[in-house]
Amino acid sequence: MKVHRAVRMERCIGCHSCSLACARLVYKAVSWNKAGIRIRSTGGVSSGFQAILCLACDPAPCAAACPTGALTQRPSGGGVRLKKDLCIRCGKCAPACPVDAIYLDALGDPCVCLHCGQCIPYCPHDCLELVDADAPSAPCLESCHGER
Amino acid sequence: MASDNDLFRVLVYDLAAAKGDIVMLPGRGEMIGGSGLAALLFAKYGEVAADALDPGQPIIFAIGPATGYFPLMSKTVAGFKSPYNGFYAESHAGGRSALALRFAGLDALVVIGRAKRPSVLVVGSRRLELLDTHYLWGADVFTTGKLLRKIAAGSSGHRSIMRIGPAGENGIGYACVNVDTYRHFGRLGLGAVMGAKNLKAVVVQGDADLPLPVDKGYAKLFKAIHEQVTSSGMMAKYHDLGTPANVLPLNELKSLPWRNMTATSDPEAAKISGEAFADELLMHNAACSGCPVGCIHIGMVREKFSDAHRFAIHQVAYDHEPNFAAGPMLGVTDPAEVLAINDMADRQGLDIISAGVALAWAVEATTKGLFSEKDTEVRLAFGDAEAFKRALWLLGHKANDFYALLGQGSMAAAKHYGGEEFACVLGQEMAGYATGETYFVSQTVGFRHSHLDTGAYSYDQKHKEKDVAAVVKFLIDDERERVLLTSLVGCLFARGVYKPDVIAEVLTSLGYPELAAGQDAAAEKARRARWRLKLATGYDPVLTRIPRRFAEITTWKGPVDAAYMEALRQAYAEAVLALVKEE
Repeated sequence: MKVHRAVRMERCIGCHSCSLACARLVYKAVSWNKAGIRIRSTGGVSSGFQAILCLACDPAPCAAACPTGALTQRPSGGGVRLKKDLCIRCGKCAPACPVDAIYLDALGDPCVCLHCGQCIPYCPHDCLELVDADAPSAPCLESCHGER
Repeated sequence: MASDNDLFRVLVYDLAAAKGDIVMLPGRGEMIGGSGLAALLFAKYGEVAADALDPGQPIIFAIGPATGYFPLMSKTVAGFKSPYNGFYAESHAGGRSALALRFAGLDALVVIGRAKRPSVLVVGSRRLELLDTHYLWGADVFTTGKLLRKIAAGSSGHRSIMRIGPAGENGIGYACVNVDTYRHFGRLGLGAVMGAKNLKAVVVQGDADLPLPVDKGYAKLFKAIHEQVTSSGMMAKYHDLGTPANVLPLNELKSLPWRNMTATSDPEAAKISGEAFADELLMHNAACSGCPVGCIHIGMVREKFSDAHRFAIHQVAYDHEPNFAAGPMLGVTDPAEVLAINDMADRQGLDIISAGVALAWAVEATTKGLFSEKDTEVRLAFGDAEAFKRALWLLGHKANDFYALLGQGSMAAAKHYGGEEFACVLGQEMAGYATGETYFVSQTVGFRHSHLDTGAYSYDQKHKEKDVAAVVKFLIDDERERVLLTSLVGCLFARGVYKPDVIAEVLTSLGYPELAAGQDAAAEKARRARWRLKLATGYDPVLTRIPRRFAEITTWKGPVDAAYMEALRQAYAEAVLALVKEE
């Protein structure tokens, strides 16, 4: 299994191409919100950028909070699968995420990174990467992965 | 056009009433968006005869049909009546402004009236409020941005903060609007129009999601364009050294204005080259939202403010134009000082191109004894960065009668003190190209008086022949192509990518096949609409003048030919008038 990590965010220029790609290709929308990865500045654009995306928790608190099985733990590597037809839009998953990685759109549909990697080719600075899920590295530290 | 497709969704907000209206306005098929839409809206809401700072005058922020849907479609066009020259004007900016408007669900935001107290307008897809922010009046641009991130919280990362500094509050003719720290609606005084409306800032929250275009080929077309702009090398010049890469070639071609354009080349150029900035000061790049190129270059100024090794860090965006105005034009050749001057202008909310060139005039006028240090409060001399920083503060704060006049432009000051012949003004203070007759005429007569109105500065670097008819044809044709791009609204750096066939594909995939087929006619219509407004507000291109200084210089082509330049100016002016008369 692969896990999507924002491993080189210090290179990010804030173009939002990743979010727009995820919305376009995965969530079928034109948006920088309705996406599994979203870019924020860490306090104004002069302070650098941060990627908000699923850290591939195992066990995943969002899956635990889901009452219907719409969000379920992936078989290995952490992270979740999303079955939209099972979702009742209760909104329990989003607050369960410790890093605010689940976006609920105006209808209450959740958007979360599915670790598919479709956004990665759209990053002009190679900030994003699919890494082996069983690689021995901390999930939440960005540059650590590149220096392993 | 199908009727729904033809409608623009416009928020018209009245600051006096603190209420907004959503207006659905037809015209997409004829005016496209951006430049065309701004002209359409000024014709509807503007008052051609009223003063630029009249509360009734609108400020228009317009995006276009491709904004947010394709790479580099990342700019916003502002339409307003300029307090600098009294004419209908446009200024363009990027940052997050364009995508924020798109995801706020708007094609345009129109702001009319004057707020009762200094205020901030907050706009989102489900939010509209006017906040009393009297406590921000007088705050510099960066303090304002920092506080507004808390005051108008929400949509972090997906929000644009467009604000003014003291210069805008004080009605300086070239007060700018700072957009998201590193970009600006720079020229022609939009900042003063906001100030006159008691409007310290506009915060736009891009918090809605839009449906995917129905066209099945949309994602594929996006991918093809994205790959072209990121992998072909076509955009390398914009993200590598950026526009300051121009410095050495321009200096080599005797086309870089130095010390109020008393020279067009100087052996010191290497000190302030694009290479020097990149090697010594460049920290990182940034991008406008929706643009993977990332042309914004941010340099670091490490200011030692105490002998005990205490430092303040300033992050300053740089480009050729600001560098020119704060560097060679003022005789400053230390890159860190160039950025420090830029930083001071930014804090005041002054357009640095206009302010730097105006100060260059003031230095020469000082040496000629046209006014005294009592007027300037600081001794102005080429190369003295500290003096220029102080002068920019005084200018932004309209500290006395001298700075009040200089704040209306160097020509306004020259009319009072003398020295019109060496005011480097081409419709407004010149941009950093002393390339010759074509450029001088283009900026003088052109709609925005901008180096981006046409590719004249580039034309000068390739053409030596003096062919009035050929040059006028080039200027007229090139302007229309650029208006098409600024109506979509694309960055003008993308003009190599968005050729007519690509634009046709883009518009077709977005559901505008008729507009795709009639793109040239629509661009022509938009171009003429904005010229018509400029003329209606009193502009007569035939009456423009090029100061003597521009005929006194030598470029790679040799001495500027004043008679040819005048013939070209008249012919271009007549061609512009003919555009409007043809209708």
